[in-house]
Amino acid sequence: MLYRENGQFRTSYAADQQIFPIAQDRWAILAIVVFAFVGVPLLVDEYLFRAILIPFLILSLAAIGVNILVGYCGQITLGAGAFMAVGAYAAYNFHIRLDGLPLLVSFLLGGCTAAAVGIFFGIPSLRVRGLYLAVATLAAQFFTDWVFLRVPWFTNNASSGSVSVANLQILSWQIETPTDKYLLCLTILVVFALLAKNMTRCAIGRQWMAIRDMDVAAEVIGIRPLFAKLSAFAVSSFFVGTAGALWGFVHLASWEPAAFSVDRSFQLLFMVIIGGLGSIMGSFFGAAFIVILPIMLNQFLPAIGRVFGISISTAGVSHAELIIFGVLIIFFLIKEPHGIARMWSTGKEKLRLWPFPH
Amino acid sequence: MGREFGEVILDLQSVSLAFGGVKALTDISFNVREHEIRAIIGPNGAGKSSMLNVINGVYRPQQGEIILRGQHFTRMNPYKAARAGISRTFQNIALFKGMSVIDNLMTGRNLKIRSNLLQQAFWWGPARREELAHRAKVEEVIDFLEIQHIRKTPVGRLPYGLQKRVDLGRALAMEPSILLLDEPMAGMNVEEKQDMCRFILDVNDQFGTTIVLIEHDMGVVMDVSDRVVVLDYGRKIGDGVPDEVRANPEVVSAYLGASH
Ligand SMILES: Nc1ncnc2c1ncn2[C@@H]1O[C@H](COP(=O)(O)OP(=O)(O)O)[C@@H](O)[C@H]1O
Ligand SMILES: [Mg+2]
Repeated sequence: MLYRENGQFRTSYAADQQIFPIAQDRWAILAIVVFAFVGVPLLVDEYLFRAILIPFLILSLAAIGVNILVGYCGQITLGAGAFMAVGAYAAYNFHIRLDGLPLLVSFLLGGCTAAAVGIFFGIPSLRVRGLYLAVATLAAQFFTDWVFLRVPWFTNNASSGSVSVANLQILSWQIETPTDKYLLCLTILVVFALLAKNMTRCAIGRQWMAIRDMDVAAEVIGIRPLFAKLSAFAVSSFFVGTAGALWGFVHLASWEPAAFSVDRSFQLLFMVIIGGLGSIMGSFFGAAFIVILPIMLNQFLPAIGRVFGISISTAGVSHAELIIFGVLIIFFLIKEPHGIARMWSTGKEKLRLWPFPH
Repeated sequence: MGREFGEVILDLQSVSLAFGGVKALTDISFNVREHEIRAIIGPNGAGKSSMLNVINGVYRPQQGEIILRGQHFTRMNPYKAARAGISRTFQNIALFKGMSVIDNLMTGRNLKIRSNLLQQAFWWGPARREELAHRAKVEEVIDFLEIQHIRKTPVGRLPYGLQKRVDLGRALAMEPSILLLDEPMAGMNVEEKQDMCRFILDVNDQFGTTIVLIEHDMGVVMDVSDRVVVLDYGRKIGDGVPDEVRANPEVVSAYLGASH
């Protein structure tokens, strides 16, 4: 009987328009954020940071970006990997070419460059949708693969497009240990998630959703599809691009174009489908799921196999991973297009009424 | 009827519209006076919806002109129409299914939003204040339409009659000067129709909104409208006050006589 909104009367529209109108939700989120900043660094070892937490944070950021475009604005994209690549390589060029440019500014400029490229590849969305748009965004993927592999200027003349960065520093904070990297990613993610949440509950978010749900009616009400769609491409690519910069600089430290292949695009799309289209929270669920599932399978599948006297090879595990993803995608697309986030909120709704189901 | 009307604010001149070989509208002219309720009637496929789509620029007529408050438009588009204060509802409800009732109505405020994307992202003063002011305005519409109990419900989950009402609410949230209603009462039961009639008359009366109404129920049309245009196979066959139209033999045979 703890999760209740009884007695919490919202007496103003301002109170009603908060991100989490229910007090328990607010406290829970605050507790999670505080724990993430203070508790996690004390408890977690290096491996967990490297293998799970840092990728999870960065991919969550990218998934929020993809969700803005696909989940909120209804424009399909298979170019997320490309926009991550643009963010990473653009940030790299700003970083090495402009001496003394603060690291965060390089990241943000990487994001802005990705936004510009995103707008360009979003132009077809004004004409086509669905499969055709997917193909157009896929073109972004092949284009960036080619550019970063073949145009040496972008990679500072490194052969095969491989670049690396070292000695990251923000003001006097040396970002060296996994804990530092984790905290940097976490801070950026929290700020960006808040920005995304704000946009989606404001006029711009309603424009995106209106275009997604019924574009003719949206136009009739005075929403310009050109602005709504291209702004979604821009904001989405900005998020994805910034995530790309973090992925390159913080997670990998040295990378080549293959780090941002079409596989990444699909992975991000799967995240938002499984996590929940049109939900910022869902982006986190999806990212957590996709980062953790392979590791869980690696740990447990061979063990389960041994119980039944079957030995499961590493290849077997990665096949199982693909099969499980496939099944899940189909399940969510058919049964629950709003993903884990919807299951979560239905669960909460039940909890609110518990123990009286009606 | 003894009601006073203003000037002609919307004037359609020789509008013709065809889809490939199908002539949806042929050389139609009629006008709408400020503050009146102007009905468009006619059998299915007569071109009524096409007429509304021409007025607010969803369809581009091959011929003809739209004169809105003295301004000539050969090519109207939905955005210009919205800017000019025209809002509408749809025959097949076109609500934003994934959004709550409040959010649907808030989209109606879109043209009045001044804050930019950055201010909104940071929930900056102007964006926040604006959001609250528009919310207050939308709540007025919610009260007016008596839909307080469903304000947070996703519209996809609402029954048909209520969806029609929310559709009207979204159009009203724009504070239009001209409201186009495409069969707002189709598929409703008697009680819902009465409510809808009352809302339409109240909007016209309280806010002085000019209304162009497509409706099938002849009883309703004759009751609420000030003047009626009759279409048949894309041609205008009658135009006048309800009594005149009712007495017009061509209209009787084409429509009231229920020959098709
Ligand atoms: N988008 C369209 N494409 C092709 N034909 C259309 C379209 N819209 C309307 N029509 C045709 O125009 C004619 C008039 O349709 P409509 O305006 O919907 O009639 P009403 O609303 O009076 O029932 C019909 O023959 C219809 O098939
Ligand atoms: Mg019609």
